[in-house]
Amino acid sequence: MTAEPLWEVFVRSRRGLSHIHAGSLHAPDAAMALRNARDVYTRRQEGVSIWVVPSSSITASSPDEKDAFFDPAGDKVYRHPTFYDIPDEVRHL
Amino acid sequence: MSPIGTWDGGARSATALEPRVEYVLGLGDDALVLAQRLGEWIASGPQIEEDMALANIGLDLLGQARSLLSYAGELEGAGRDEDALAYLRDERDFRNLQIAERPNGDFAVTMARQLAFSAYQFELYTRLQASADALLAGVAAKAVKEVAYHRDHATQWVLRLGDGTEQSHQRMQAGLDEIWPYVDEMFDADPVVAQLATDVAVDPVGLREPWAAYVDRVLAEATLDVPEPAFHGRGGRRGLHTEALGYLLAEMQHLHRVHPGATW
Repeated sequence: MTAEPLWEVFVRSRRGLSHIHAGSLHAPDAAMALRNARDVYTRRQEGVSIWVVPSSSITASSPDEKDAFFDPAGDKVYRHPTFYDIPDEVRHL
Repeated sequence: MSPIGTWDGGARSATALEPRVEYVLGLGDDALVLAQRLGEWIASGPQIEEDMALANIGLDLLGQARSLLSYAGELEGAGRDEDALAYLRDERDFRNLQIAERPNGDFAVTMARQLAFSAYQFELYTRLQASADALLAGVAAKAVKEVAYHRDHATQWVLRLGDGTEQSHQRMQAGLDEIWPYVDEMFDADPVVAQLATDVAVDPVGLREPWAAYVDRVLAEATLDVPEPAFHGRGGRRGLHTEALGYLLAEMQHLHRVHPGATW
């Protein structure tokens, strides 16, 4: 049954947070992928919501393009909001 | 030696206990024995995802069994805890329905068994939530959500295998044919239930109709035929079992009997 397509699983751990990639699995179709994801990735109460996406639908950046893609951001410290005083009441920044 | 025709299997059936103990043990044994069966799939499933799914279902059932067997021991008042009941009773004192002990067979047999049994447990626990026995009602309220998922899982596979390829259809039908002789027993009138107050236990006879309404719809959608078995297994609640249970218990009980009280 290795011919079954691969799915990427995203789990939202609680309300208010975003779905985070949890891993991947095999399943014959989307409905079964959702159920497999429930069994594999939320058996210890890790989540309140699951997305599954066919792995083939994901367009990923290539490791070969790593330098061109990511290095230019390396020396742009002024893009970080570190020059502001953050009020104590703001907890998620 | 007496003539073969006079042997009465019933005379050797399970030791009689108080009706409520018998009832709780029956439900607990169903869950325990099927949990053990499902555990046999671990590392042998058609895919690792299915290993997890079957193990999860087995563990849900084991949780139900632990609550029910502990409660049965408490009601009995003879000092037997869940371990004593699980590991130190012999075949004749197990009261599970025969469907729970039937061997896994191929994946289709396991899914046929799971569909039939989970659909039964779903109807049972749905009603048992209203039991006047607070512990039974509590176990049922928790378990009904678990069982709803078990039923759904089996349904998904029966639909896909039944309405899949020619090969999967034929094997799914064979799986149903293998399990269906043990379906009727789930809905047999139970003398133990008759002895209990009507608001404590659930009469299994009344579960047949809602069960069939669900299962027949799944089989129809899966393009499968409802089997018409040539025989019907019966008597699990009285301690009469198929040969398969003895081997299951040997494996399940061996460690505890060799090393009593072993923990890790």
